[in-house]
Order: sequence, then C-alpha cells, then structure tokens
Amino acid sequence: MKIIDTSIQPRKIQTNSMEKFRADFPILKLKINDKPLIYLDSAASSQMPQVVIDRLVHYQTAQHANINRAVYYLSEIATSEYEGARHKLQKFINAREDREVIFTSGTTDSINLVMHGYGRKFIKAGDEIILTTLEHHSNIVPWQMLAEETGAKIRIVPINDKGELLIDAYEKLFNKRTKFVGLIHVSNALGTINPIKQMIAFAHLHHVPVLIDGAQAAPHIKVDVQDLDCDFYAFSAHKLCGPTGVGMLYGKAAQLEAMQPFKGGGDMIASVTFEKTTYNVIPHKFEAGTPPIAAAIGFGAAIDYLSTIGMDKIHLYELDLLNYATELINDIPGVHIVGNAINKTAVLSFVVDGIHPHDIGTLLNQEGIAVRTGHHCAQPVMQRFNIPATSRASFAFYNNKLEVDALIAGIRKVQKVFL
Amino acid sequence: MNTKSLYQEVILDHNRKPRNYGTLNEASHHAVGHNPLCGDRLDVALNLENDHIDDIAFQGESCAICKASASMMTTAVKGKPLTDVETLIQEFREMAIGKLDLESPHHLGRLTVFSGIRDLPTRVKCAILPWHTLHAALNSVTTTSTEARNDPVHATAGKA
Repeated sequence: MKIIDTSIQPRKIQTNSMEKFRADFPILKLKINDKPLIYLDSAASSQMPQVVIDRLVHYQTAQHANINRAVYYLSEIATSEYEGARHKLQKFINAREDREVIFTSGTTDSINLVMHGYGRKFIKAGDEIILTTLEHHSNIVPWQMLAEETGAKIRIVPINDKGELLIDAYEKLFNKRTKFVGLIHVSNALGTINPIKQMIAFAHLHHVPVLIDGAQAAPHIKVDVQDLDCDFYAFSAHKLCGPTGVGMLYGKAAQLEAMQPFKGGGDMIASVTFEKTTYNVIPHKFEAGTPPIAAAIGFGAAIDYLSTIGMDKIHLYELDLLNYATELINDIPGVHIVGNAINKTAVLSFVVDGIHPHDIGTLLNQEGIAVRTGHHCAQPVMQRFNIPATSRASFAFYNNKLEVDALIAGIRKVQKVFL
Repeated sequence: MNTKSLYQEVILDHNRKPRNYGTLNEASHHAVGHNPLCGDRLDVALNLENDHIDDIAFQGESCAICKASASMMTTAVKGKPLTDVETLIQEFREMAIGKLDLESPHHLGRLTVFSGIRDLPTRVKCAILPWHTLHAALNSVTTTSTEARNDPVHATAGKA
C-alpha cells in the first residue's frame, strides 16, 4: 500500500534542494567495498556535519576547562558555552525555562533518571504503569526494574496490523491505580508517529504524568513540549547530528523539583556535611559530577545546524523520500514492509520472502549500503508481527532519491543471489 | 574480504536444500541453541551408538549462513566417532574466529567454505551456533546460547 499522510501533504521538493546540506557531511564521501557509502541507518545514529566537528575541535583547542568551579577565563567560557547549549535546547523544544533541560548521557539515561527520581519516590505496590507495544527496550526495562522493586504493575497498549497504537485500548487501561505513562513518540522499529498530544491530554484527565521517549522524533519533526504538555521528554544528541555520550531530559519544573536526585556527587549539592547534605536546585540537582561538556556544546552546535535548515523542511523532505521509497519497495515481488502506519517518519522496516535479514544486511554492505538488521531493541514489536527480525532502512535529510534507487537495486541483487 | 566468496554456491545450496533437516523420532541427545542477539534458534537432535553419531537432524529459524553451517555440519559428523566430532567442533570454532592455520593439516575439508566468516565479526556466531549446539547436546546440556560464558567467541564477536 501507499503511505498517504492525511495531516501533512508532502509538497514535491526537488532532491537538490537538500543537496547542499548533504555536502556538509564528510563521512558521506567515504567508499565502502569500493562503492560510495549509502548510509541508511540514521535511526540508529545520524552522521555529523563539518560544522559540529569543527565546534568540538574548537572547544578542545581553545575553550576547555571544567565547568561551574573556577574563576579563571577558561572555566568561565566553558561554563558559559555549556549553559549556552542548554539554552539552545530550551529554544529548540520550546521549554519554558532553561532549568527544565537536564543534560544526561542519552535517552536511556534520561528515562532511567525519571524512573529513579520520580518512579522510586512516587510509584508504590499495586500502582500501574502504562507502556506501549512500540516501546524501545530502554523504555521497558527500567520500568520492569521498578515494578520488580516496588510491586507495581505494567500495562501494555496494543497495536494494529499497520503498527498503530489502539487508542481505545489505551484509554480503557486507565483506572485509579494508574500512576505513570511511558510513551514512545516515534517507533524506532516501524516509524509510526503516535498521536501523543491526544494521549497526553487523556492521561492528564486522570492526573497521570507522561514521559515521552522522543529519540526518534526530535531528529525528524518539530517538538514543542508546551504544546504537547508532556511532563517529560527525552532524546539523544547522536541521532540529531551531534556527538554520542550526551542527551537531554526535559521535565516540567514542578515535576523535577518534586523528584529525588538520581546520582549523588559534586555539582548536584548546595552544601555537604557528614550530618546533612542539601541538594542543589534544578537542573544541577540532576547533573552530578563533571558532565560531557564538549559533547553538550557539540549538541548545541548540532541544534543550531538543524534549526538553520528548519525541522518542518526536514520533515517534508524526508516524507517525500519515504513515499518514493515505499512505492518502489512495494513494487518488488516478495518484499513486505512491516509497519504501514498512516503517520510515519522515514523508516522502512521490511522482510524479504525466504531471506533472513542478516543475509540481506551482509550482502547490502557489499554494495556499500548500510542498513540495520535485527530486532532493533524492540522485541515486543517483532513478537507482535511474529518475526524474529527485520531489515530497516532509515532516512535522514542528507539522503537522496539516488540512494533509494541504489537500495532498491541492492535488494533485487540480494534476491538474485538466493534464486 | 569479498562477501560473495562466502555466499557461494555450496552454502546457498545447503541453505536452499538443507540436509538432515527435521527431527528424529528418538534421540539420545538433544539441545536447543539460541543467538539472543538476532533471535535465531536451532534444534539439534542425535543418536549416539557405540560412541558414533548414528543419526543427526536439525531444524530452526535462522539465516543462510547458520542454516548452511548446520546442514554441512550434520553431513560432516554423521557416522563419525565422538573423538573425530570433538576435533571438528574445535577446528570449526577456531577457523571461524581466525585462529586456525588453514595451511596446516586439519580435518575440515569442505567446511572451509566458511573460513571467510572470520572477517565478518558480526556473523561469526551465525556459523558457530550449530556447532555450539551440537557440543551442548553431546555434553547433555539441553539449552545453550552464543552468549554462554563458555562460548569462545563471546568476547571476540560484535553485536548482530
């Protein structure tokens, strides 16, 4: 079937309208097995433009010192650049204040922070936590650990055959024991964009806070946390053209203030004696120890870069790529797309009759094409479709239709090997 | 390395028409092997008589490398005495992780079509899983995994 997005009709965008941005990514000039690299695994990690690489080099070359400590020039400039990056994130997601943005090591760390800081304080035996079938393991396992520790229960929102959440079933899960909702904004395995605004509003009718795993959404669609009214929103820098090792957690100030600290150490305290320690204010309460300063500043540079292009433009361009790729892949006999939601980001999970995803991945690599194969850290999704694994091509704004054509030719070539 | 040399006709043929595929009505030894990194699973059943593998069968969901490796393994070990089988298991494992000198005498014969796997660390476990499962069955371990602590490739292979 064709993917038709009824909410946003993709305009035809000339492939070359993004071509100048593609040139910003030095890694895309690589050759793999004597073929030009075709990188279709941005859902796992995106590539980094030269401007972000340069920012990291400049920081290490001329600005590095530890932050929040000393009164000398380098420490002051490092602190101000680090806090500057926080401000860029605040603007990017439209948080009310900078202090609602916590630097973490990534989405997983952000979710664990909420589990420890909020969950362990407020969720008790018999309470219920709602998650969905589409969750990445990172938004399942921490809550299972909490459930095991406290005796809380986990309830799961099912999906239909297209890979869309069943909203009626979601709403029926609520009762007076419901204390928390963990919800993936965009499925990493299928690309489904969930109607989170509506789901958050419903949870709030029951006074239940909602955490959004935005790892796969923030790189592709505009995120406005005030408009969504989510209580928490998490994502990683390395999926937004930034470095690994850093991510962020947005939390409403009132929620963050009510929470207990996750990690103890330097910077997260106001004062320490052996009798009593007073915690620092947010966001510092949650940033114990020396943070990934360089990576956070690189994160800020990546946000600047994406903002220059514009998230709306990125979304429309990627939708055009998705529709083009979907149409071509559906033309290949024996190839089936897994996940046909009406609203999707540019993720194509597919299976090929008689050929295991790992064989597809290895043979496509021979053509210089990088796709992800496996369960995508979303085994419940695979179980729902009764498959062990898929191949997944995921697109970013620096991909183009020629690369889609190469993927299609690559899949046909793999099929010939197995004829 | 050239991946095409791995996906050569003999491997593709065993994938298409796996030998000794299925179950045995009665088995003296049996084990299930898992590769939790990719979800593949393999059943190996065999009958041991007078310290010889009298009959052997396998079945399961897996990639072409794993299925062909299992198929060729069954043909290689069927009718062989246990001591020879243990040697083959050992040599195959060493070949897969690049620790076997193929120039020196060995007993692998046609199984060397899998030698190229050593250059694909994420795929080494696919080739080894059947042998690992056979080893477990012979040692009366009923379930095993490529992530088992005693797995020699555990530390060297990457995630699939």
